[in-house]
Formats: sequence, C-alpha cells, structure tokens
Amino acid sequence: MVSIPLEERMRTVRFKVDDRPHIVVNAAVCNNCSVRACVYVCPANLFVPLDDGGILFNYEECFECGTCYIACNQEGAIQWSYPRGGYGVTFREA
Amino acid sequence: MAFLSKEASLALVQRVHRLIGMKNGVTPHDAPQRRRQRSAPRPGAERFDVIVVGAGPAGSAAALVAARAGLKVLLLERGEYPGSKNVSGAAFYGSAILHELIPNWWEQAPVERHLTRRVLAFMTAETSVAIDFRTTRFAEPPYNGFSILRPRFDRWFADQAVAAGAFLLNAAVVDEVLWEDDQVVGVRVRRDEGDLRADVVIACDGANSFLAKNAGLQREFHAHEMSLGVKEVLALDEATIRERFHLYDNDGLAIEYIGAITEEVSGGGFLYTNRDSLSLGVIGQISSLAEHRRRPYELLETFKRHPSVAPLVRGGRVREYSAHIIPEAGWNMLPKLYTGGMLVAGDAAALCFVAGLYLEGINYAIQSGIAAGETAVAAHRERDFSARSLARYLERLRARYVLTDFANYRHAPGLVNSPRLQNLYPELIAGAAEQVFRVNGGPKRKLLPIALDTLRRANISPIHMLQDAWQAGRSFGW
Ligand SMILES: Cc1cc2nc3c(=O)[nH]c(=O)nc-3n(C[C@H](O)[C@H](O)[C@H](O)COP(=O)(O)OP(=O)(O)OC[C@H]3O[C@@H](n4cnc5c(N)ncnc54)[C@H](O)[C@@H]3O)c2cc1C
Ligand code: SF4
Ligand code: SF4
Repeated sequence: MVSIPLEERMRTVRFKVDDRPHIVVNAAVCNNCSVRACVYVCPANLFVPLDDGGILFNYEECFECGTCYIACNQEGAIQWSYPRGGYGVTFREA
Repeated sequence: MAFLSKEASLALVQRVHRLIGMKNGVTPHDAPQRRRQRSAPRPGAERFDVIVVGAGPAGSAAALVAARAGLKVLLLERGEYPGSKNVSGAAFYGSAILHELIPNWWEQAPVERHLTRRVLAFMTAETSVAIDFRTTRFAEPPYNGFSILRPRFDRWFADQAVAAGAFLLNAAVVDEVLWEDDQVVGVRVRRDEGDLRADVVIACDGANSFLAKNAGLQREFHAHEMSLGVKEVLALDEATIRERFHLYDNDGLAIEYIGAITEEVSGGGFLYTNRDSLSLGVIGQISSLAEHRRRPYELLETFKRHPSVAPLVRGGRVREYSAHIIPEAGWNMLPKLYTGGMLVAGDAAALCFVAGLYLEGINYAIQSGIAAGETAVAAHRERDFSARSLARYLERLRARYVLTDFANYRHAPGLVNSPRLQNLYPELIAGAAEQVFRVNGGPKRKLLPIALDTLRRANISPIHMLQDAWQAGRSFGW
C-alpha cells in the first residue's frame, strides 16, 4: 500500500532497543510549556501530550535525528544523546 | 577562484581570515559559548596517527586518503555497520570526484541508476509546472550522478577505506574529544578502556555535530537553520519504473518539488528512481514545522496524494520509512573548521548545499573528507599538528571549490525559505501557465497581459518583486 498509517510505517524500521534511554524528557519543564513543538515535529510521534498537561515520551522507536532538541526552546527540557554503540535505529532500505 | 568577482573573492578571503584568526573556542557566530569541561586521556590509551569519527561519506573519504598515505588510521562508527544510521535522498552527484579516488568506482559500488533526467516542479495544491531536463550525455562515464541507497553505499565506501589499510570499529559511539593544553589529542568512546589517542582527530559525525560543539568549534543550532527530512523507499518493479518514468535500461530520474507540496511549511519534496524502488520524501524547516504545527509524516502523505505525484507512486509498497536532519543555513552556520589536533568535515561542518533545486551533501562531504585527509597527511609529514599547520585545510577546501561554493551561494538559504518563494511564486507560475493553456471560448490572450494580470491578482508590490528578483540574482545568478 502506498498510503499507510504511521504505526504501520514505523513497523518497517528496525530498532535494537537499549535498556538505558538515550533521551530523557523533564516533565517539570514540559508541564509549563505551551508551545509543544516536540509533539508536532517528531517524525516518529514519540511525544504524546497528556490530559493533565504533561508529556509522555518513549525513546524506543527513535530515529536519533535530533529534531526534538533543536525545536524545543525550553532550557533543560530534553537531555539528548546517542544510544550506546550498535543500539537504536538500523536502516536497511531493502 | 575563477568564478568569483573581485569583490566577492576579497570578501571571501576576509571571511576566511576571520575564521583563521579566531581564537580557540570562539565560533563565527554571536551566540555565547558555554564553557565545557575538558578531559585528558587516561594513561595507556592506544595510539593512532589519525582517528576519524563517523563512517559516512566524509569519514570514509578522509580515512581512505590518510590510510593510503600509510598512516595508522582508526575509523569509528556508532552504527551496527556504516550506513545503518544514515539517510539521504539519495541522488549522488560526486561521481567525478569519487572517480579520482577510486577509478571507475561505479563498476564495483552498489549504485542504483545513473541520473540522466532531472525535473524541477513548481507545485500548487492542484497544479504543477515543471522544467524537464534530460541528456544522453549524463549516461556516459564518469556519469553526472547516481541514485544510491545509503546503507549499501556507505558500507561499500567504508570497505574501501579498510582495503586501503584503515581499521574500522563499528558500534563505537564517541562522546567527547580529549585535550592536552590547547591541543586535541584523542577521543573518548563510550565503553571500558574507551580513551584513544591520535595526532589528528577528524570529526565526520554528521549534522548534529556534537564533537565540534564539544570542542567549542560550533554553537547550538537555531530551529530555522535545520530541516527535517522524512523519506520512504517504495518497492516497485523495474519494468514499471522504466515505463512510468520513460527510462532506458539503468537510466534514472531525480525530481525536486517546490511550492505547496509542504503546504505552508517552508521546504520541498523529492522523488528519485532506484533500480527496483522509488525514494521519495519531504523536507521541512524545523522552525516552520513547529510554527505551523504540521507533522512531517502527514506532509509526506499529502505529498504522495498530490495529483501529479499519486500516479508516479501508484502500486508502490512501503519498504522503509526514515528520518534525518539537514543543515540548511550554509555559509551562515559554518563552524570553525579546525583547531590544534582536530578537523571537521561534511555535515558536521554544515557543508551541505541546500537551495531549492540543489540538495547536495554527499559530494561536499567527500570533497571535505578528502581535504581533511590530505591535511592530516601533510601534518604528519611535517610532524606539526598545531592549529597553524591544520589551518591549511581551508586552502584545500577552497581549491576543491567547497568554501567558494558556499560563499557564492551564501544568500540562497534565506531567499529559498522566504514565504514568497515557497508558496506565492509557484502559485503565480502555475496560475499563469493555466491561463496560457486554458481554452474556454473567450479571446486568446497574449502573454504580457496574462503576466500583468497574474501579478495584479497576486497583490504583491512591485518593490517586493524587484527585491526578490535582486535576491534571486545575487543568490543564483551572479
Ligand atoms: C532526507 C535527506 C535527503 C538528502 N538527499 C540528498 C541527496 O539526494 N544528495 C546529496 O548529495 N545529499 C543529500 N542529503 C544530504 C546528505 O545526506 C548529507 O549531506 C551527507 O550524508 C553528509 O555526509 P557525512 O559523512 O558528513 O555525514 P553522515 O552521512 O551523517 O555520516 C555521519 C556518520 O557518523 C556517525 N556518527 C555520528 N556521531 C557519531 C559518534 N559520536 N560516534 C561514532 N560515530 C558517529 C553516524 O552514524 C554516521 O555514519 C540528504 C539528506 C537528507 C536528510
Ligand atoms: S520537550 Fe520542549 S517543546 Fe516539548 S513540551 Fe517539553 S518543553 Fe515543550
Ligand atoms: S530524535 Fe527525532 S525521532 Fe527521536 S524523539 Fe527526537 S525528534 Fe523524535
């Protein structure tokens, strides 16, 4: 199928999940953020706004692109690093 | 320098001198630098002549050149294998450059199609107007460009560096550079006994450029300087691709889309033919995505549904989805390119050429990688790894037209991301074309009245038009 929902599209990508998260989001900062840039820009839709004003983040299917920390302009909201060597996303294009 | 006017080359030389003159830790930007803690290597760290961080095209080129000169080279890659973390379109226009390094490289490398047809399409929601260029002259060695798939191509290229004598270590993520006084003397890999020493560290770690930031050579980025690209590879059989895109044998096509393809978001789209798949994607400025609250994968869907794109991708099955960022601000975001014991190349140095019809990063990555490798070799010959010795990297980049290209096109990113160029002008072109081609029983109008009418209805002031024409001229024309 040419047009598929994101969840299905994400299943085409291989992730070797590290048990240690490489990105940590600071809920205290996000609670006071009205911009919510991360929610819109993340190509894997990993930032989910919660009813209570918080942000739910899951690092497991992350492309390691860096878009979230570049888009977020709140100091200290996102602690970002690469996963351990060999972990994370592996593209094959095949 | 033959293509530069006298003033332009003077300005360039001044700019380069300013770069050279900058003290360690100060970048060409006004943003304040946070002082970072500098670590020294632990005693007993293993020693190399050159350590290259990142086995993308920049890193493999640098490692290959240094290894061929007989140096002890270590190439570090954080992915499972080179290319496993890397995303491009990918239309690779560096064939002639790579041919210098590896003669007839295309005979042994995993290439998809040689690109003989290039299309630039201006889009509105329902209409497209395109310039369609094709030539058999690009079907002859050394070829003008190839479509490639990065996980395969990068792996092959890194293997060439290994064949030349470089050591490749996969699954090794570098966290920081190591210092003695004002000299970079190695890197720290995230694992036990991870300190490694080298006379020259070449940072080829891609667009996030963490090593250059860590060394104080680059500042933090602004969201308007970076774009996000999301991409899909769609499986489609070879015969369908040849018929659908009017291609002979292994000829290939690259289409760049500008205009409403990304709706109000500043960006564009691309579609490239591979052997038995299509690579297509959209690129959006990060600040613009955030401002308009548009999700990149939704733009990708809108793109695929556009009436001029849908028939091209029909029947394609999604093989893989991917995403990666692109440094877009060119000249205005170049880091300081060297310091004592360290050079920066490729996307890590923001040497990615993005301006409307151009999206070229791989060729500049290879050019700058070669220049960095050669600089490291020359430094070893003289046993001088100081900032002064490594400053000759800039001369090599100029001789390969890398710095001159970025200087010449320094106004392009601002122009290309302006709302008028992004949406209004494509509207105008499409609207005028529609009037030219529509036959509705009324009088056949001549071109000038159509043009004037289009401008009047667009409600754009002549002053803005002139300004844009001037901007376009100095960005692309002279
Ligand atoms: C969607 C998209 C489409 C594009 N299309 C084109 C195109 O058609 N043509 C073109 O010429 N360019 C294109 N580009 C640009 C091109 O991809 C880049 O300019 C090019 O990849 C730069 O090469 P590089 O070697 O500098 O960096 P990269 O290819 O990013 O390689 C960096 C390498 O370093 C490794 N690495 C990073 N950090 C570390 C670390 N700390 N430790 C160890 N290893 C590390 C990475 O895993 C990676 O292998 C496109 C880019 C995108 C995102
Ligand atoms: S990560 Fe940044 S942009 Fe996203 S909610 Fe938190 S503070 Fe806001
Ligand atoms: S790095 Fe990219 S994919 Fe990962 S969370 Fe951030 S925006 Fe999403």
